[in-house]
Amino acid sequence: MRKCSLDKINLIFAEIAKNAELYLPVDQNDGSAAYKKWEEGTAWSNKLNTVKSPKDFFFPQTEDLMQFKTQGKNIEIVDTRSALQDFVIFGVRACDVKSFDILDRVFLSEPVDSFYASRRKHGVIISLACTRPSETCFCKTFDIDPANPTGDISAWKTESEIFFAANTEKGAALLDKLSSLTEECDDAAVLEQKEKINAIMDKLPLKNLTTDAFGGGKTNELFNAPEWDELSSACLGCGTCTFVCPTCQCYDIKDFNTGNGVVRFRCWDSCMYSDFTKMAHGNNRLTQKERFRQRFMHKLVYYPENNDGLFSCVGCGRCLAKCPISMNIVKVMKKIGGKKDE
Amino acid sequence: MNNINETLIPKIGVITDVRIDTPDIKTFRVVTPDGKKAFDHRPGQCAMLSVPGVGEAMFSITSSPTNEEYMEFSIKKCGCVTDWLHQAEPGQQITIRGPYGEPFPVDDVFAGKDLLFIAGGVGLAPLRSVINYCRHYRDRYGKIDIVYGSRSKDDLLDYKEIIEEWSTDTGVNVHLTIDNPQEGWDGHVGFVPNYVKELGFDTNKVAVLCGPPIMIKFTLDGLCEIGFDKTNVYTTLELRMKCGVGKCGRCNVGAKYVCKDGPVFRCDELEELPSEY
Repeated sequence: MRKCSLDKINLIFAEIAKNAELYLPVDQNDGSAAYKKWEEGTAWSNKLNTVKSPKDFFFPQTEDLMQFKTQGKNIEIVDTRSALQDFVIFGVRACDVKSFDILDRVFLSEPVDSFYASRRKHGVIISLACTRPSETCFCKTFDIDPANPTGDISAWKTESEIFFAANTEKGAALLDKLSSLTEECDDAAVLEQKEKINAIMDKLPLKNLTTDAFGGGKTNELFNAPEWDELSSACLGCGTCTFVCPTCQCYDIKDFNTGNGVVRFRCWDSCMYSDFTKMAHGNNRLTQKERFRQRFMHKLVYYPENNDGLFSCVGCGRCLAKCPISMNIVKVMKKIGGKKDE
Repeated sequence: MNNINETLIPKIGVITDVRIDTPDIKTFRVVTPDGKKAFDHRPGQCAMLSVPGVGEAMFSITSSPTNEEYMEFSIKKCGCVTDWLHQAEPGQQITIRGPYGEPFPVDDVFAGKDLLFIAGGVGLAPLRSVINYCRHYRDRYGKIDIVYGSRSKDDLLDYKEIIEEWSTDTGVNVHLTIDNPQEGWDGHVGFVPNYVKELGFDTNKVAVLCGPPIMIKFTLDGLCEIGFDKTNVYTTLELRMKCGVGKCGRCNVGAKYVCKDGPVFRCDELEELPSEY
């Protein structure tokens, strides 16, 4: 384990930025935080987390897949991908780091999505233990430890210092480059910090939320639950939950005529949208109830069924904070799981 | 761009022949620009065809895998991509990627069995691939019955092939029907589900159904009435798809993705899935 004084954090950032693009949470004018590219003078946000998850780094909101040039009856396919630079994401919380594992199982399973895979290959993740988990946090429900974030390098922040431990070869190589700015240390301060975090976790309102009622093989038990009607009745179908969600991975592929050829791009899509499954001969999810149910059944039943019991939620709490009608996965889990609001 | 092995990036295909099958269905023959088959497939598998600037859509490959020269797609005009394709002339390039999905179990479950194919309308398109595969390897299968119905005589797909080739094969019985009486038609008149019950087949066969959802529902009920077990009945599903590889999150029924785990499903397995298709 290595540490450095928080006074020197900008030197650390500058050192990392010498060899790779560095992104970290930065305060925005509206009071929220967002991942931004670090430049000399950029201040690292003190906020618990960013409004949008860091899934953008590996699965961008929009990305070009290819270009077509047409001439008469002929078509030429042009590869529009450029060589990627190495990049470092600093300050990723334990929940968001876990979301990368969940996305990996989709995009890196055969056939591998090479667009995602190359971004994943070029990215180094420096995670950061939470110091002030909030009342919307429920990562522990999914066995995620906010005091022990994974990633290529794990970091812990105390009042005056920051501690680093490398978990992967990529992480060790990066930490090596920071050796002149950091010093070797024992883990006493980190253990103390972990205890502080755990003490906060024990007081959080969602600490007793469980996944007991969910998991693979529960489709027939839960699909026709009468609670879906009430839960979905106020859903606006706005898709905000899917856009802020670190694990939502549905996408659309569309063509755009630039006037000088056609660009085929991929963009985030949402199962909450009415035209998501609409096709020439009909739509198999005609009501918002069916679309709402799809989103939660996917996260809590279908995904675990296909992925060794792993749930497609990390308890980051973004949907709790952002849903305009205050509906969210916690309410769904309590209601469908048979527990009344506590 | 030929050396890129990326599933979302298609190959160029050339439409070399367009056959007008019915008033709203055309069959397109597709090869690569150097005149070869774009890829190998198994009966029942699908391919993504696209027209740059218009869109991309999934179609069943209607030609048999045993055809080593080209692929064929029977396409009904009913949306943006299909509308555009119906205007296309031979020589037109499109894009093609695949094959996608699980095929019919032609080499294990179907082997040695009597087969009953039941299709309605453009539902014959995916079945033509497996019918012609089984005809090609005729000695591997028992008796083959084909029940095919459409709105009218003019709406019967592959009519020439059915009359000139399928009907003349030994051990292959074709039963055609149209919804309403028509001048010049002396065959059976009536809906497919009723016709199947009237014909009353032996139940020790494997049955394969494809057609409009309502036809599949009533035909399956009819087959069960005459004693068929759902474990011996197969059908195909069709839902909206974008990626074709189980990642875009669009075509799932419960935990199954139609593009990857389907489109072929055994009816007893289908019954286990939520009724969202």
